[in-house]
Amino acid sequence: MKRILGRAAFFLLVLAIVAYTVFPFYWAIVSSLKGGAALFSADAWPSAPEWSNYTAVFQEQPFGRNILNSVIVAGSVVALSLCLGVTAAYALGRVAFRGRKALLLVILGVSMFPQVAVLSGLFELIRVLGLYNNLFGLTLSYLIFTLPFTVWVLTTYMREMPVELEEAAMMDGAGPFVVLTRIFLPLMGPAMATTGLLAFIAAWNEFLFALTFTLTDEMRTVPVAIALISGSSSFELPWGRIMAASVIVTVPLIVLVLVFQRRIVSGLTAGAVKG
Amino acid sequence: MVEQVGTIAQQRRRSAWLFLLPVLLTIAAVAGWPLARTIWFSLTDARLDDMAATSFIGLENYLFLARDPEWWVAVRNTLVFAGVSVTLETLLGIIIALVLNARMRGRGVLRAAMLIPWAIPTVVSAQMWGWMLHDQYGVINEMLLSIGLIAEPRAWTANYSTALAAVIAVDVWKTTPFMALLTLAALQLLPNELYEAAEIDGLGPVGQFFRITLPLIWPALMVAIIFRTLDALRVFDLMYVLTGNSRATASMSVYARQQLVDFQDVGYGSAAATGLFLVIAVVTALFITFGRVRLGAEPGR
Repeated sequence: MKRILGRAAFFLLVLAIVAYTVFPFYWAIVSSLKGGAALFSADAWPSAPEWSNYTAVFQEQPFGRNILNSVIVAGSVVALSLCLGVTAAYALGRVAFRGRKALLLVILGVSMFPQVAVLSGLFELIRVLGLYNNLFGLTLSYLIFTLPFTVWVLTTYMREMPVELEEAAMMDGAGPFVVLTRIFLPLMGPAMATTGLLAFIAAWNEFLFALTFTLTDEMRTVPVAIALISGSSSFELPWGRIMAASVIVTVPLIVLVLVFQRRIVSGLTAGAVKG
Repeated sequence: MVEQVGTIAQQRRRSAWLFLLPVLLTIAAVAGWPLARTIWFSLTDARLDDMAATSFIGLENYLFLARDPEWWVAVRNTLVFAGVSVTLETLLGIIIALVLNARMRGRGVLRAAMLIPWAIPTVVSAQMWGWMLHDQYGVINEMLLSIGLIAEPRAWTANYSTALAAVIAVDVWKTTPFMALLTLAALQLLPNELYEAAEIDGLGPVGQFFRITLPLIWPALMVAIIFRTLDALRVFDLMYVLTGNSRATASMSVYARQQLVDFQDVGYGSAAATGLFLVIAVVTALFITFGRVRLGAEPGR
């Protein structure tokens, strides 16, 4: 009897956890499918689901352009961070030199920077470079948080590569660059995919810089566009449209995360749990 | 022969620095230089419309900051937010990780469900919860009314006394999965034999947790807590989207950006930003000293 009660309690706990994590997103989907007055009812499923909110998102504002902006910025940030990160990770992970530990700590320190602490300096830099309200200005500023993270995680992966491989290649007279590109790079594929994915998500979700360094609706990235959606009257926000936009940008992310869930968990732990 | 090995090692060291150069230059350009400029601006009366025409005014901005009650409200909001949300996330995260660690059917599905809040952009989760917490049509009011916990709908995010709690609730929802997954990763490294031995010794589940599990996952947990705390201290998106620049929830980041961008006062805003930077530096130092964490320790190779 006690056993059965215990199992039931455990099952209820599991159910509560799932409801807690999934319900808000479920509610966003339901609300996005409710048009007109139906939005203000608390029906668990719309009696007449409709897509009007979804079409409105693209008609009322340049949301397609916003998505494209986010893809361009996040994509270029990932490409740059991985290229720069993997060379640095080779040096930090495979070569013993004085100051390596200090360097790793500096890089970790940069990743813990509050973004707002560089806001005014970065604003000046971006204006001087003529990159205000420009996507490349965002790419540049996002390197602040993706680069330290990429270097850190790739270094932990790089350390785990077998020494024998490198020694054998060096016996054959291969230089460091050849060792990196021919031997480690192919083996680092999975690690690079994981790190790249995490950097992509971080860049895709970034808000503060995107809000501050862009001005026009056409240059907004998705998070800023969603935060600034406003209706015809200043009193009532168009919640249906906001929910539709939220669902549109979240679904691809969730699919990505579910497909690569093992990778992501291992990447998160490689980044954090190396005490 | 020995000499030759020496030169190879030297060569490697030299090329290591060459390999590091691009990253170091980039970090210096996009992080080091702007940080230095921010600290410089904090000692000037710079305005956003003309950042070139500035004059040095010493510590005046900091003196002003120390006397501004709004700043201290922001400091308090930030510390309360970070303290409460990280504590709740850690406790909930451990519970969820223990559940996920149990052998059962559908564990993969459960773990996948956990990743959903983590994957949702902060701005989106703020909007989703903003809608759920809506004063007239929010589903949370609806639910609480129907089970009789509240007598009339509440304006959770607009009400001064509940706004910060609402923001914390959204953050807990969004980041508990992160804590749970990191804790779970640590749990799965624990050897089963320990628990078999404990069972023979007659240690109950609670005793097992406090005597065996917790001490063993502590280092990993501590690192996760540090990361989360530093993240929570610089919070911006949640407050900005959920409650605007409202005094009830304004964090230090919100305050600094408001001065900097909305009021165009780059000098003063930079002083506030530097203040936040110092708070984070102090908290990091405290954690590393008292949490006995060795960040960046050499791998056991």
